[in-house]
Amino acid sequence: MNRYVDEIRVIARKILEEKAVDLIIGFKEGSIPMMTEPVLIRDAAETDQLYWDSFCFMNLATYLPKREGKIGIIAKGCDSRNIAVHIVENQVKREQLYIIGVPCEGMVDRRRLCSLVGDKEVREIAESDGGITVRGEGFGHTLKKADYLQDNCIRCMHRNPVLYDAMAGDLVEERKDPDPYDDVREIEAMEWDERWEFSSTLIKDCTRCYACRNACPLCYCPTCFVDESGPQWVGKSIDPTDTMIFHILRAYHCAGRCTDCGACEQACPVGIKVRFFTRRLNRDVFDLYACEAGLSIEERPPLDTYRPDDYDEFIR
Amino acid sequence: MTCPMTDKIFKKREFADFLRALKKTYEVLVPVREQGFYRFKAIADGEEADLRFTNTRLSPKSFVLPQSERMFEFTLDEKIEDAHILKEATRAYSPTAIVGIRPCDAKAMRLVDVNFNNPEFRDPWWVKRLNSITLVGLGCSEPCSTCFCTSVNCGPFHEEGLDVLLFDLEEYVLARPLTEKGKGLLQSGGVERDADEGSRNKAHKLRREAEERITSHVPTDKLGQKNVNDLFDAPFWDDVAFACINCGTCTFLCPTCWCFDIQDEVIRGGGDRIRNWDSCMFPLFTLHASGHNPRAEKVQRVRQRFMHKLKYYVDKYKNGVACVGCGRCVRYCPVNIDIREVFRLMNEL
Repeated sequence: MNRYVDEIRVIARKILEEKAVDLIIGFKEGSIPMMTEPVLIRDAAETDQLYWDSFCFMNLATYLPKREGKIGIIAKGCDSRNIAVHIVENQVKREQLYIIGVPCEGMVDRRRLCSLVGDKEVREIAESDGGITVRGEGFGHTLKKADYLQDNCIRCMHRNPVLYDAMAGDLVEERKDPDPYDDVREIEAMEWDERWEFSSTLIKDCTRCYACRNACPLCYCPTCFVDESGPQWVGKSIDPTDTMIFHILRAYHCAGRCTDCGACEQACPVGIKVRFFTRRLNRDVFDLYACEAGLSIEERPPLDTYRPDDYDEFIR
Repeated sequence: MTCPMTDKIFKKREFADFLRALKKTYEVLVPVREQGFYRFKAIADGEEADLRFTNTRLSPKSFVLPQSERMFEFTLDEKIEDAHILKEATRAYSPTAIVGIRPCDAKAMRLVDVNFNNPEFRDPWWVKRLNSITLVGLGCSEPCSTCFCTSVNCGPFHEEGLDVLLFDLEEYVLARPLTEKGKGLLQSGGVERDADEGSRNKAHKLRREAEERITSHVPTDKLGQKNVNDLFDAPFWDDVAFACINCGTCTFLCPTCWCFDIQDEVIRGGGDRIRNWDSCMFPLFTLHASGHNPRAEKVQRVRQRFMHKLKYYVDKYKNGVACVGCGRCVRYCPVNIDIREVFRLMNEL
């Protein structure tokens, strides 16, 4: 079992018993391999349900907005940054939270693992330090975990929680080496029509199920622009123009707020790499404002601040 | 007088010839792997079916109930005589064969048919499309661990809803015609040789072994006799719904989810009335014009999905549950809400 599980349970039990929190939001073991289920626990006796492995790819900050009471929450690096974004955006108060930080060495991309074995079913997964064993009928592979990480984890530079009240393990070393926007530059190097073709092909299979939007902690609007019916802003069919509008607008709404946690991409039932849209904007925000989302609870997101003494003339 | 249905047989390496022959009469849809997952697609010349698949990511329901379908068209230009009058959009109902459909997905079409084609309502487009399609099933010799078809009146070689059932006997394919339509298809495909008893026995064994390989089971026996309000007010819904992000993955991948929404889209004085798949997971699904939403909360929407499949459908049609055990929602729910667990909770309440 993953080395953080015991510590997560110990801390969770303690804060529930001491009534430091009313509930804990964490993960429990999935009913099928390579899956985990977000779970809410109120009773200290049930903390043994809490679980951790390399498939805790959902972002638990998604379950926070407008939640009342004292909340314990398990957070890897990106979850903690989204918690910070929620605090800045007044979705939850810092003093409501007890954050159990988990150092993260990257989540394993289950699709990458599956593509290794064709369409065969993975029936069993076992993790060891740095390694992962995948078994099914007629096959068994032991692999290096680092070779099968999610795309966003490969480029991640904030693996440790930025905000926490207790840690479930020692901090891991942050990587300095990744080139965070190599993929964005690749697309920018394309001609306009090539780029349009690339984006259109990317979303060709979109079913408008909105799993990407709903998995995203940033998408907490009471009514999303695509669900607005009076007036209705976007067509509801799978017309490619409407689908493209949804994806582009969703990405714009995330600009300067996205932590590249990858939950959108992992949630997509047809494997669309929706991060291509958000990452381009993340890069712009970084270049223009030297800002990465969720690193501080003091600073407002760059696109919702205004200063009369801003040094850029166009905004004054 | 109709001849009795006789099992036919052909060499597996002649499969491409079989498909080529079918293409003279039908548009032929087969499973292909594209952009990371399997889907049914009309094959072009030279392309081949890939029968190594477990199942397609999306169910083939879209060939009978397209995700977006133009129902009517109209003009708003009042200089034209029939301005504002809805006219049925033209559609093609050319003979189509879905070759390789899994038995669960074919059975699902029967379950949905009771909704779209019954004494009270008859959806002309559903009926015409379903009639124009011949379903050539491929039995599942290697079911997944998430398949629970045998618990829900279905199975890896279930015949209901199919016109032909294919058994993959390694070197040969045994083709069992199940309807006149299916018999006609096999004739079009040049499959004429009768299966010998040895092959029929092999097919029988393959089926039995596949059924035994289904390891996942769900209880359904008490769902019918439960009091609907007891289930509605059951204490477990909050727990079931907690992780749900209310996306449409389960409903859009599901072969038995049939709900739709109707929209008018207008551009430059002309327009279409379109019907689109809808999902009970979406808040807009039940939003009234008044602004009131009877299912405003996530937990109400999650409950609706399971109550509809495992209780309301059961009570209304006396036709079993509205689930064929294909396991898609189990495999692709991003937060691992497992309908098998909900079966247990509801049945054991």
